[in-house]
Amino acid sequence: MAREMMFAEAIAAAIVEEMQRDSDVIFYGQNMAMTERDPMLKMFGKNRVRITPISETAEMGVAVGAAMTGLRPIVELYMSEFMLVAFNQVINEAPRLRYMSGGQVKVPLVFKAGFGFVAGWAGQHSNCIYNTMMGVPGLKLAIPSTPADAKGLMTAAIRDDNPVVYLHHYMLTIDKGEVPEGDYVIPFGVADVKRPGTDVTIVATAWMVKKSLAAAERLAEDGISAEVIDPRTLAPLDVETILKSVSKTGRLVLVDQATRHASAAAVIAAEVAEHGFQSLKAPIRLVTALDATIPYSEPLETYVLPNEDKIVQAVKSLLGEKAAAR
Amino acid sequence: MQTKDEIGSDRLIWMYSQMVRIREFEERVKRTFVEHPGVIRGHTHLADGAEASIVGALSTRQDEDVVMPSYRCHGYPIVLGTPPRRIMAEIYGRKDGLCKGFGGSMHLADPAHHFPGTSGIIGQGIAHATGAALTAQVKNTGQVVYCFFGDGSSKQGAFYESLNLAAVWKLPIVFILENNQYQAYTHVSLEDANAIAGDPLSQKAQAFSIPGVTVDGNDVLKVREEVAIAVDRARMKQGPSLIESKFYRLSAHGNAITVPPVPTQFPEHEAVEVYGRRAEYEAARANDPIAKFRARLMSGGVLNEPDAQRIEEAARAEMDDAVQFALASPFPAPEEALNYVYA
Repeated sequence: MAREMMFAEAIAAAIVEEMQRDSDVIFYGQNMAMTERDPMLKMFGKNRVRITPISETAEMGVAVGAAMTGLRPIVELYMSEFMLVAFNQVINEAPRLRYMSGGQVKVPLVFKAGFGFVAGWAGQHSNCIYNTMMGVPGLKLAIPSTPADAKGLMTAAIRDDNPVVYLHHYMLTIDKGEVPEGDYVIPFGVADVKRPGTDVTIVATAWMVKKSLAAAERLAEDGISAEVIDPRTLAPLDVETILKSVSKTGRLVLVDQATRHASAAAVIAAEVAEHGFQSLKAPIRLVTALDATIPYSEPLETYVLPNEDKIVQAVKSLLGEKAAAR
Repeated sequence: MQTKDEIGSDRLIWMYSQMVRIREFEERVKRTFVEHPGVIRGHTHLADGAEASIVGALSTRQDEDVVMPSYRCHGYPIVLGTPPRRIMAEIYGRKDGLCKGFGGSMHLADPAHHFPGTSGIIGQGIAHATGAALTAQVKNTGQVVYCFFGDGSSKQGAFYESLNLAAVWKLPIVFILENNQYQAYTHVSLEDANAIAGDPLSQKAQAFSIPGVTVDGNDVLKVREEVAIAVDRARMKQGPSLIESKFYRLSAHGNAITVPPVPTQFPEHEAVEVYGRRAEYEAARANDPIAKFRARLMSGGVLNEPDAQRIEEAARAEMDDAVQFALASPFPAPEEALNYVYA
């Protein structure tokens, strides 16, 4: 059984269900649960659903301490850039404390933040900073692209005994999709083949999955069969599924909304170059944002971002003769 | 001696013993740099001078209460019941260390003794302690969290954000600002607005509309008295308090920072080394909190010379054992480095 839900609804449903299941799960952030009418507050009470001041260091640091001592906090941070205000807690506290204690403590928490809001939010609220978090031992990073994945990954994030950064793309917020009913958990580190294909492998995350699927549709009209893979979690990263696909297609296009050197694509490219070189019939291609801060005005913003056209062009440039022949 | 009746001789002697144990441990750590050069790596910070403050505060503690200090963290677990040999082995990077050699001096953790762990980044642990207090509140455990940090930490954003949030949520926590006069190498008069104005650092509590007091951190019984009031308030669900415990760090901030293969050593205290204020430092040494408490217990008839010597000798033997145990403990197997990354 499944039912249609919006992306944001699916995330909220996962949080509600996990809070019903486990009284150690608490949820807090800025500008939430401000009045008695708040539905989460009604359901779980003000002990477990809380409003915070604009204090990211305290919000995330308190979650670390609470997690060390027996709670499972979810912190609503709204925008991933706000984590930068207190990034020490994300990179240098939450993932390190268990290790430094020689495994004596665990830090089960979720830092939930939106990102990539390319709708005129300009230079400081639209960026992709996940690359900074995907190589931190002890930290997990989920980045869903569909309502079903959004729910399954949030459920897994809350149940995980490690700190998890859960990033949801703002441009997907009102997208609808089928979400399985009941207990639905997507294990971390398992990529999903969103569209099977044989000529080229396209790896993308979040909003770029949607763009890549649209590009694949257009490529199909030209007789090019693109396989679209969504890693779904960047840490752990399912390199194996990507390598398996590349061994079949021999071609790899990495689509990433981040700038080139700060992208997840750069990391995936390195993995495939090292472990999948024999399979490659052509160089790996990266389709990323251009090296600029996200500008405000729409034509400028559009210019720097990856889009369907750029993905189609990249694929065709790899397929060269095959593309021309058809 | 009035306090004898209030507290009881046994407790007073326990307090003296704990102070002596901390001092003896820290002196053995410091001696290691001379006796076994190269055995201690990185950066180590000692609590000598803080004994009255630590023990006075922790003497008010109930069994389940949580303790979360900064990276200057050797003293607290010694009082909480962690075997010193395991702390020493951790500082020596050995397999039998408290954290199996994964943390070292700055990152002691012993959750079994209500000591969940420490951050090595100034002030950040204040937020973690506030989180532990949130757990106590949400689960209604009746626990109080003892959060210790230095004067330097009180200039960090984490301090302001955490105290505000603790006050907003009325969390069961006591913030103990250990003003040992120097943040790392900089004297408090060079970096603290309250200090520059001639005001106590406890004045910062006013910003959060919570109680703030300054206490002589060299006087173990006065620390105990003030902390007890704050702990009662926290346990009665009336929210946090800030206590400035003012004392003098008797060793340098930490061992000198050297590049291998140059062995690390403890330099002279910053007062002498940096500021050329030997008189200030000698005065602080003369005002040693342990000697003061010893004399007080003696004059009050709580302690006699043979008993005092027995306590001191026992601490020496205990810490000598800790050193021997740590030296004898093997190093962890290199491949263990990949353990504990994820739960």
